[in-house]
Amino acid sequence: MAAIGLAFTNLPLLAMSVVALALAPVPFLGLALVPWTMTLVRMRTDLERRRASRTGVLVTRPYHPPPQRAVAGGWQRFRWTVTDPATWRDLAWLAPGAIVGFTLGTIGVLVPLYGVAGLTLTPLWIWLGTGWYGYGATWSTDTLPAGLLCLPQGAVILAAGLWAAPRLRRVDAHFARLFLAPTRAAELRLRVTQLTVTRSDTVDAQAAELRRIERDLHDGVQARLASLSMVIGLADELIDRHPAQAHKLLAEARESSGAALVELRHLVRGIHPPVLAERGLGGAVRALALSLPVPITVDIDLPGRPDTPVESAAYFAVAEALTNMIRHSRAHTGSVSLRHADGTLTMVVTDDGTGGADPAAGTGLRGIERRLAAFDGTIELSSPPGGPTVITMEVPCALSSPRTMPSSVTD
Amino acid sequence: MRVVIAEDHALLRDGLTRLLQAFDFDVVAAVDNGPALLPALTVHKPHVAIIDVRLPPTFTDEGLQAAIAARTQMPGLPILMLSQHVEPLYARELLSTPHGGVGYLLKDRVSDVGEFVDAVRRVAGGGTAMDPEVISQLLARREPLAVLTAREREVLGEMAEGRSNAAIAAKLRITEKAVSKHINNILTKLDMPPSDDDNRRVLAVLAYLNR
Repeated sequence: MAAIGLAFTNLPLLAMSVVALALAPVPFLGLALVPWTMTLVRMRTDLERRRASRTGVLVTRPYHPPPQRAVAGGWQRFRWTVTDPATWRDLAWLAPGAIVGFTLGTIGVLVPLYGVAGLTLTPLWIWLGTGWYGYGATWSTDTLPAGLLCLPQGAVILAAGLWAAPRLRRVDAHFARLFLAPTRAAELRLRVTQLTVTRSDTVDAQAAELRRIERDLHDGVQARLASLSMVIGLADELIDRHPAQAHKLLAEARESSGAALVELRHLVRGIHPPVLAERGLGGAVRALALSLPVPITVDIDLPGRPDTPVESAAYFAVAEALTNMIRHSRAHTGSVSLRHADGTLTMVVTDDGTGGADPAAGTGLRGIERRLAAFDGTIELSSPPGGPTVITMEVPCALSSPRTMPSSVTD
Repeated sequence: MRVVIAEDHALLRDGLTRLLQAFDFDVVAAVDNGPALLPALTVHKPHVAIIDVRLPPTFTDEGLQAAIAARTQMPGLPILMLSQHVEPLYARELLSTPHGGVGYLLKDRVSDVGEFVDAVRRVAGGGTAMDPEVISQLLARREPLAVLTAREREVLGEMAEGRSNAAIAAKLRITEKAVSKHINNILTKLDMPPSDDDNRRVLAVLAYLNR
């Protein structure tokens, strides 16, 4: 139904666009009118893209990113609009899109309606009333049994109509994709834009991480080791003359070295948890779940190990999701599932908490998103108020064949 | 007392060897990789094996895997694992092998020589030595422990590390009688059967915490 109604909006939009383009040479008015009309057109085509994507035909937005510091009604904005090939492809779609959408939409509605008419015996009543009517294959009904045939026929037609309706919408969606999806060149351009963003995010994150590690080492372990060697030196001086004092200093030194080790351990855990190196993603997530105050069910099906960078990003993503859960959700139980199928690692973290998690509120989810984006990974959050919260993370990656555990040498 | 050591860092290996020899242990073999460990254990049949979790050639948890394999082949072989970091997961795996002395300590603990030697002796004698860090991680995630008083939780922690009543009493500066009273209270509150056998009691507590 929506398709039929929307088809009618296409023609006014097309007419407006033609008028706007015709008025383009008019000073001031033209520069403002064209981008404004195209914004309307894009709202319409975006709607169509969303509708197509809902039927399973993914149509991404093909437009150039808007120029910075472009004022409405300015030359830059006008140029941005008209030099984008996607603008012209949008316009080219309006008329044929309306026709195809209207036709397929009408078929999709009328066929089931005709079936319903048969099922409700409407043809029979019309025949009884006027003496001349037909339905389906029994055109021109003559006898009552022939008239009753409309019942099974109506059922078949309704079923066929209902079967065909979603398929017709897919055909419509495919047709829309011909015009509204990015061309190969546009696709590559979008990819380059995305890669530029994720690369700079990754580089930034990495630099920040290195700075943090440097600071931690400098202020923590390095300082402690320096004081440690001083204390030991002092104890060495004193050991013959004042053994009691030397003993005290050595005890101090041992305490200091213990503290340095603890700090180093925390630092190492933050860089690359040892258990991740030793056991891989599955084992590390299991160990992590064991250390949390809420019981977590862990379900892992990984036939091998991803590359180290992916493994590390995936681990920290799961860890961050679990930390958020403990911190905010007030959950009593949670679960983590890790799977690898069709070249994609899927990680699902759920809890039975209060829900209502807002990705915009904290930096946690944004951090996960950035971490995964470096590997073309995605994160999806579903957290209605009242729960449950489900975080689904996906990273395309290959698994190496399972490592053979070189555990025992038999004689 | 015969000891086999598996540790890949030469400095630590020599340090451990010297330290143990100073306390009259007989270090019969000191290996530096995973594959050499099992033959050394089967040949020397030590009273206790001290093993680093991470060993060459893979630098993953080879030492732990070898220890678990050795325990299956030689039931009851006392094993003390050392590591730069402790994971309750590994403790659980170690404890699930057939019984016998078992220990799992941070390498940092070696610096407190007296405590460390005591732990080695305890493990060799069939007892348990769990790192306070493992125990505190286990305690942190058990909500039912809220029924215990602060003092009882303290005693539970010490007990889970593998200490005897006398040692707990000395550490917490209370009488042995007070310790056993606390322990009885703990066992009652947590619904665990009373037991006079120190080691069995420790294993029961660890099993409870690991549940």
